[in-house]
Amino acid sequence: MVDLSVKIGDITLQNPVTPASGAFSWEYNDVIDLNRLGGLVAKTICREPRLGNPTPRMAETEAGIIQSIGLPGKGIEYFVEHIVPEYAKFTPPLIVSVSSESIEDFAALAEELSVPDVDVIEANISCPTRNASGGNFAMHEDYTRDCITAIRAKTKKPLWVKLSPNAGDIVSIAKAAENAGADALVIANTFLSLKIRTDNFRPALGNKFGGLVSPALKPIVLRMVYQVAKQVKIPIIGIGGVTKAEDVVEYMLAGASAVGIGYAGFRNPTTLVSIIEDLEAWCDERGIKKVTELIGAVRDHDMETDTLVAASAGV
Amino acid sequence: MPLELNDNYTNAALRVGDVDLYPQRHVGEFIGIVVSNARINDEYKHLVLKVHEQALKAYAGQMFHLLCPSPDGAEVWMRRPMSVYRVDKAASEVEFLYKTEGRGTRGMAMLQPGDEFNIAGPLGVGFKLRPSWKNIVVVGRGVGLATLAPLSQLAAEQGVGVTAILSARHEGVVMSKALFAELGARTITVLDSDGSSAVENVERILEELIADGKADAFFTCGSNRLLKLMQRLGKKHNIPGQVAMEQIMVCGFGACYVCVRTFEVDGKRVLKRVCRDGPVFNMQEAVGW
Repeated sequence: MVDLSVKIGDITLQNPVTPASGAFSWEYNDVIDLNRLGGLVAKTICREPRLGNPTPRMAETEAGIIQSIGLPGKGIEYFVEHIVPEYAKFTPPLIVSVSSESIEDFAALAEELSVPDVDVIEANISCPTRNASGGNFAMHEDYTRDCITAIRAKTKKPLWVKLSPNAGDIVSIAKAAENAGADALVIANTFLSLKIRTDNFRPALGNKFGGLVSPALKPIVLRMVYQVAKQVKIPIIGIGGVTKAEDVVEYMLAGASAVGIGYAGFRNPTTLVSIIEDLEAWCDERGIKKVTELIGAVRDHDMETDTLVAASAGV
Repeated sequence: MPLELNDNYTNAALRVGDVDLYPQRHVGEFIGIVVSNARINDEYKHLVLKVHEQALKAYAGQMFHLLCPSPDGAEVWMRRPMSVYRVDKAASEVEFLYKTEGRGTRGMAMLQPGDEFNIAGPLGVGFKLRPSWKNIVVVGRGVGLATLAPLSQLAAEQGVGVTAILSARHEGVVMSKALFAELGARTITVLDSDGSSAVENVERILEELIADGKADAFFTCGSNRLLKLMQRLGKKHNIPGQVAMEQIMVCGFGACYVCVRTFEVDGKRVLKRVCRDGPVFNMQEAVGW
């Protein structure tokens, strides 16, 4: 039987399947056995209690849903006192997502979250509806470097950095995060989107803009994971459009060590467990002993990816 | 086990007769089999679904999250929350009474006997009856009556008397009357077509019921106008109440915070999740819509 465990820096996940932040909570224990997951990922926490954005917070489009929630929550004190113990009842590592609009506060929050039951800090520097200088730091190399440097100085916990697919050059931003001390990269957050209703001419979401969540994102994010994996040494968690075991395989072939799942868990609440079982079966059928054999195993060595070079070479 | 791709994105949903490997679950993802999907009138249909026994735990006011087939070839991306109309434990069936309106319910209307239908639930907090209540008043309008109907089943089981005021546009779309009556409820129909559904008339009926000692608690669903009326009378006569509410919903488990509504608790405005904190709420805390 295949060994599904993967290492993300010093953290071992029993399998590469985790939920995506914002699409999961310990309350999913109602429907699946959380102890089977690779990791538990809490919804992004901010310092102060927040109500979040006006409704509607979700709208369907032709190819997925767009949503803008606004990071509601009861603040960090309540989180550490009441929410962390809920997750601590389960065995997989707890990954805590955190966000702030200022770099100093971001670092301070990471320090305050560095409590024993928290295994990983996930810096959500890519909330799509925030400004590049105020929370969506992953839009820019310099902001990313400054933010991650500041966080790194305040916590010894493994630090995963969630990048934005909305940045022009995600590879440069990934390198900036790696150089600033990130232990892993989470690629990626949602795509900034807009829907306008034709019946009343108004934006469909209460917050106007939202993030696109869809299986349609998989080929785009897969490309980003592939490009970044060629340029960084730290592990990558791929998030975008995973709905089945083959999608996990595809992300791993592109260079990811694990995946995060959002939409598919909304559509089918048992799917994370199903994907883990299917991944095991998929590997066993092919005689794969360790799932880590798949990481970066894409067979692209003889392919020229620069079309200009390819054209000049007459390929 | 050969890996089979399927339209459900999961191989872990429970079918009728499956052994449940996670029996401590509160909620399941179920693949039910359509027994019937009959048209009641121009607007409403009644779906009967054979399900795994774990789905039969649903009680009045709770919901299932329905993965509706597409009515038009394009994807339906999110599930649709719908309150359960009836649970028949002996037959291992759950039932839904629905109005064909949006893409989800139009797709649902196409289901044929024998088809599979994926539902997740039961979700949320449903109606609760206090032992001290001997007689309750249920006031609903339109499809809201489908949500309230199983409450009469619950009340009948506990020996509680029910008066149901059924509001609709015209006689042809008064829903659930037979089910209410079958379960021993006294029904009063009020209609737009003859003016009897006017708030003043419903208020007069409610005042009479209160005076007769028939209103230990109020229950409502489906009309903001009726909610406001019952809140006012509830406050005036100190009658507790519960209201079932709906909202655009994504996860159904309390994780995504899409389905929030505003409530007023101890003078403070707060947001609550319809999927997990509701869909049934304290009537006096509801701000309405």
